[in-house]
Parts: sequence; structure tokens; C-alpha cells
Amino acid sequence: MHVSENAAENSYNYTVVRQFAIMTVVWGVVGMLVGVIIAAQLLWPELNFDIPWLSYGRLRPLHTNAVIFAFGGCALFATSYYVVQRTSHARLFSDALASFTFWGWQAVIVLAAITLPLGITQGKEYAELEWPIDILITLVWVAYAVVFFGTLYKRKIPHIYVANWFFGAFILTVAILHLVNSAAVPASFWKSYSVYSGAQDAMVQWWYGHNAVGFFLTAGFLGIMYYFVPKQAGRPIYSYRLSVVHFWALIFTYMWAGPHHLHYTALPEWAQSLGMVFSLILLAPSWGGMINGIMTLSGAWHKLRDDPILKFLIVSLSFYGMSTFEGPMMSIKTVNALSHYTDWTIGHVHSGALGWVGLVSMGAIYFLIPKLFGRAEMWSVRLINVHFWVATVGIVLYIAAMWIAGVMQGLMWRAVGADGSLTYTFVESVKATYPFYAIRLLGGLLYFAGMLIMAYNVFKTVLAGKTFEAPIPAPAHA
Amino acid sequence: MESLVLLVPLSVAVVFLIGWVFWRALQGGQFDDLDRPGVDVLSDDE
Repeated sequence: MHVSENAAENSYNYTVVRQFAIMTVVWGVVGMLVGVIIAAQLLWPELNFDIPWLSYGRLRPLHTNAVIFAFGGCALFATSYYVVQRTSHARLFSDALASFTFWGWQAVIVLAAITLPLGITQGKEYAELEWPIDILITLVWVAYAVVFFGTLYKRKIPHIYVANWFFGAFILTVAILHLVNSAAVPASFWKSYSVYSGAQDAMVQWWYGHNAVGFFLTAGFLGIMYYFVPKQAGRPIYSYRLSVVHFWALIFTYMWAGPHHLHYTALPEWAQSLGMVFSLILLAPSWGGMINGIMTLSGAWHKLRDDPILKFLIVSLSFYGMSTFEGPMMSIKTVNALSHYTDWTIGHVHSGALGWVGLVSMGAIYFLIPKLFGRAEMWSVRLINVHFWVATVGIVLYIAAMWIAGVMQGLMWRAVGADGSLTYTFVESVKATYPFYAIRLLGGLLYFAGMLIMAYNVFKTVLAGKTFEAPIPAPAHA
Repeated sequence: MESLVLLVPLSVAVVFLIGWVFWRALQGGQFDDLDRPGVDVLSDDE
């Protein structure tokens, strides 16, 4: 008994990393399938079969929750648990709590998959889940923070690697955001009302919403980038100094970008302008990080030619660069007057989601799976390459279609005749968008097909391998 | 409830908290050597 406990203490906890890594792939397939279904519904509305559970308005939040919190969330749990252990030379703070975060998070996802189609929702974007599920999220998140920071606390390496700073900021900020935005008064078990109302509620919602983008979908995934890009490239990050500057600059300036979601609304003008200014400032740290990641390959660009995992990671960074340029531009009020409420926004979100968050997660999971299952590499490296190209073509089709559709919609909505009357009715803009919805569906199908290829490759790798527990290195000076 | 009355002070408090953490990390020597940690992470053999 004593010996086996000791043995456990001398190895990393890969069990929970494996669980989250596998579920990243599973939820990726599910979430992207729902995305393809709703993209098809926009083209063929009959596809809801007149069943309320399958209507667009209910499936759309299911899609966003599944890809962000199920797929992205599991990827963050898996990578952060892996990175914090390996860079601290310490086993996770508590195996039991880590296991609780896994099962608790899966329970949250399953509850979301049940309640959202039933129409049970708080009606807040990316925070739809009703209050009992919100409480479960809070419990899981507190356990996550204890496990993560507890592991940092017992680290054997004095320096805290930069990726851990990003993961830590993501965990703490998401806790604050969730608590503030989900404050609600329950009316029954499955119904509650926000404690804020009207424009106040909108402000809190988008303060939450954009910071969720900033800390869940950016800071967390930058943590992934700062560990897995150097590891896969076999080279240190281009400038470690810049990575530290990137971290502090990003978290000092992120908090106030949210009001750019509320341009030309009842929100006070000064708050709108504040949101725009902070969004523009964010371009600097974002591009600092993007350049830092990509330049890691400086002098070793040939590695990109035959390493498909590196392709995933580096192309994800170029999409990060693109969307963090596009975002600040769209936050400028005059640009926003054209882009807001159009499909351009959808294109922007997906260049970040499919391009940055998706590709960097897939790259990290391809890196992790063989190591977690005692294999030298994935079952088929060729299939990783196929996945990469199918996904990339899918992204390009998707975002190009949405860019064109969005700008067209914006121009049609604002077009006025000599007498000041509108040139087009709204439905004419919908009709004009049809072909682009078809192209978007094709792009989404390709991206989904790539995910299926990944699932197959992961399945074969796991089947051929067996679970592997890595030992913790002995202290160097001993 | 005026939400900005909640959010603005909260953000200011968070900025001070971040500043405090940064100061502590700086004094604790976390940023004394900004070259070696980037290389060390690679030699963590797997």
C-alpha cells in the first residue's frame, strides 16, 4: 500500500489528462456536427422537421456551448493539467479533485445537451445554462483552481513557466466572469431572472461575453501555444522575454473590450468609445504573441514541410493574427456601423474559433495522444496531414463566404434611394445571402470531416497503444 | 442596478490585484533570468 502510493507520487497523473484529451475529440465531433446541422437549416429551413427541440434557436446555443465549453474546455483541462505537471515536476495536487473536475465537467456538458434543446435557457449568449447548472460549473471551477494552483504551489522547479501564467489567468478570470454574469434570482428549478435589467444587463452580458473570448478562448489557448509550439518545434520560444511582456500586457488591457458589442445602443457613448479604444490597444499584445509564436520557427522553416502537427500549430497562429487584427478594426464605430448584425461577425468569430482555437487544440491533442498512450507517434501521420488540409480549406471557404455575405448585407441594409427610402427590403438581403450559406455549409462540412478523420486516427492510436504513466524526474542536484 | 458602478470598480480592483501579483513575482525573482526557462522546458524529456 505504502509502496504503491509512493509510486503514484513519483509519476505524473496522466489519467485525467487522457480522459480530457479523449473527450476533446468526442465533443469536437458532436459540437461540429450540430454546427453543420444548423448551417444546413439556414439553407433548408425544413430541416428542423417542425420539432421544437431541433429548431435553429435551440440548436445554435447547443452548438456554441458544445464547441466552446465541451471541445475547447476539455482541451484546456487536458493541456493545462499536462503542462502544469511537466513544467513543475510535480504530480497534480489532488487526484480525487482532478477526477471530480472531469466527471463534473462532463455532467455540465450532458445537462447542457439536455436542457438547451428543451428550451431551458437564461437567454445570455455563451451563458445560457440555467442556475442549477451554473452552481455545478462553479463547484467544478473551484476544484479546477485548487488542483491547478495547488500543483503550482508544490512545484519542484522555482521558475513558473509562462504557459502556466496564461492558464492561471484564464482560470481566475473565468471564475469572476461567471459569478458576476450568472447572478440571477431563481423563479423555479429551471427558470431564473438576471439580477440586472435592460441596458445594464446587456453591459454585464458583453463584459462577460468578450472577456470569455479573451480569457477562455485566448489566454487559455495561448497557454497551449507557449508550451506545445516550442515542444513540437524542438526549439525554445523565439523570445521568452517577449512572452512575459505579452502575458502582462494582455491581461492588463483586456477587461474593457466588451462594450464594442453594444455600439449604437442605449449604452452610454463614453462606454462605447472606451470599448473601442481598449479593443484597438489589444492589437499590440496580440500581435506580439503571434509573432513570438511564429518566429519560433525562424531558421527552421523546413520543419513545417514534413511535420503536420507543426502545420496545425503555426497556421493556428496566423489565424490568431488575422482575427486579432480584424477584431480591433471591427470595433471601430464607423466600421461597426457596416459590420454589426451581419454575417461578417460570424465570419470573424469562426476565423478565431476554427482557425485559432480549433487548430491549436487539434495540434496539441495530436502531440499528446501518442505520449499518453505510450506510442512514438500517431497511428497515421499521413492522416494528420489530410486532416490539416481538409480543415484549412474548410476554414477558408467558411470565412470568405461570411465576409462577402456580411459586407453585402451591410451595404444592402444601408442603401437608400434619392428620396431617402430604403433600396432593399430585409428579405431581399436574405435571398442574396443564400449562395453564401451554401458555401459556408460546404466549408463547415469539410472542417467536420477533418474532425472525423482525427477521431478515427485517435481511435486507432489508442487501440494500438496502452496507457502510459510518465515518471517525475529526480531533482537534478541530488 | 447601475452595472457600470459594479464593473468599473471591479476592473480597477482587478488591475491593482494584477499589479500586486506582478510585483510579488518580480520581487520573488520570477523574471530574473528570461533566457534559460525557454530552453529548460525543452530538456524535460518525454
